[in-house]
Amino acid sequence: MSHPRRGSMLLLLPIALIVAAIAALFAWAGGWIGARHVTPQAMANTAEAAGAPLPGFRRAHSKGVCIAGSFTPAPDASRYSTARVFTQVSTPVLGRFSTGGNNPYGPDNKARVRGMGLQLKTDDGQEWRMAMNSFPFFAVATPEGFQAMNAAALPDPATDKPDPDKMKAVIARHPEIRAFQAWATSAPWPDSLANTQYNGVNAFRLTDAQGATRAVRWSMRPRTPVVALTPEQLAQADQDFLGADLQRRLAAGPVQWDLVMQFADAGDAIENPSIAWPPSRTEATVGTLTLTRADAQVTGPCRDLNFDPLILPKGISGTADPVLHARSSVYSVSFNRREREISCGQALDATGANTAQKEAAR
Amino acid sequence: MTPPRHFNVLARLLHWSMALAIFAMLFVGAAMVVSLRYREQMLDLHRPLGLAILLLALVRLANRLRHRPPPLPADLPRIQVWAATASHWLLYALMLAMPLIGWAMLSAGAYPVVVFDGFNLPAIAPHSAVLYGVLRPLHGVLAYLLFFTILAHLGAALFHAWVRRDAVFAQMVRGDRQG
Repeated sequence: MSHPRRGSMLLLLPIALIVAAIAALFAWAGGWIGARHVTPQAMANTAEAAGAPLPGFRRAHSKGVCIAGSFTPAPDASRYSTARVFTQVSTPVLGRFSTGGNNPYGPDNKARVRGMGLQLKTDDGQEWRMAMNSFPFFAVATPEGFQAMNAAALPDPATDKPDPDKMKAVIARHPEIRAFQAWATSAPWPDSLANTQYNGVNAFRLTDAQGATRAVRWSMRPRTPVVALTPEQLAQADQDFLGADLQRRLAAGPVQWDLVMQFADAGDAIENPSIAWPPSRTEATVGTLTLTRADAQVTGPCRDLNFDPLILPKGISGTADPVLHARSSVYSVSFNRREREISCGQALDATGANTAQKEAAR
Repeated sequence: MTPPRHFNVLARLLHWSMALAIFAMLFVGAAMVVSLRYREQMLDLHRPLGLAILLLALVRLANRLRHRPPPLPADLPRIQVWAATASHWLLYALMLAMPLIGWAMLSAGAYPVVVFDGFNLPAIAPHSAVLYGVLRPLHGVLAYLLFFTILAHLGAALFHAWVRRDAVFAQMVRGDRQG
């Protein structure tokens, strides 16, 4: 075999260039280099910056309680979607009630927003997770606007208070925030988690047996009559009144909500969650949620669940609503961070380990 | 029996198709975790592609163990022989480990392991924050290790083709009959 003639060592240069170019492309794809729009990591960082770091807790809606119960579909619910949850007699439900903000010990009477996260697993192995809120529409039309709003609400390092001019500038760019502010100041405060309505806010699509799809927004409407707190009652309420009230009600019996689908008309804003659809839109009650128990989140089964609104069963799918996709992305970052902290043993409060230690020492 | 001068046709087919798949996988993986809008679409590609890579890697490993590969040039320095052998087994290990870690990580995080709409894989690990908190970062770190190993592999392949001008590059490009 004749020995091949070697190439010049100068040819190492194009090889190095090719390898470097691919590495640079990869670094760009992974967000290490180059200008980038808002990332899920940046949004999680902003949520974290709003308060003291509390390892192992959710980065937003940090205060909460685990809940359990079941879902039963309405007789004609399977008309709209082939999802098994609408034909299975009863589906077990695991979930979580939460209040807004990133303080897991924050006062309930200061939390304007309440949340309900649910996980429904049917016997065909499909899964539906929901993440609903007590507001009827989202504060901002886009995740970029939401990030700008939250960043403007952070305390200014110089004054330790949010800079009102920054918020004014954000509202000028995202005027839809005004509608949300109006809701926050004027909407009644229900006196219980049990008589609060929770709204999916983002639009989804239901696919029926014929393959036809319908754009919907869903809500959990309480069967418990709404009683609003007076401003005096609200001011005097205990900081944990919601959890105590829930335990009291569940001790007396199950608490129920109707799952209501609101169908979009042609021209309704599918991809803009800051615009509520008119109440005159066609609606259908597709089932009933029955909650029977609640458990502390630090040791409860909802702690290590990510209520990602894009975990959907066959028969239900997401829309291009950018806020929906951003929620899914940011929840994933929050979940990764807090599970990592739990895994590393840094989350003694979030896992109840501190409480257990104190009790053992007693 | 004389050793083969080239990799067999199945090995070459798997090498080039998986090269494409793994490159796509690494770029999709790196991009989806920093994406606000397209994470779902990229995940919907990432999971079935990962399963496909796992299955192809098993076929490839079986083929590699049953068919002797063509030898490295006799005059290759010992350090380069060692680097070639070690990097190839590292590539095999990562091709198999990455999809399995991804699958186990989703299981530990109690995520449904969706291959396509309506078809999920069963969990292969218990639901555990401790396990998820280890596997999720491991999946990311090993992805970067795989990427850099592939870059080294590519650089070495081009070094054989352009500088050493030996038979190594052709072993993965041509068949025995094509000479």
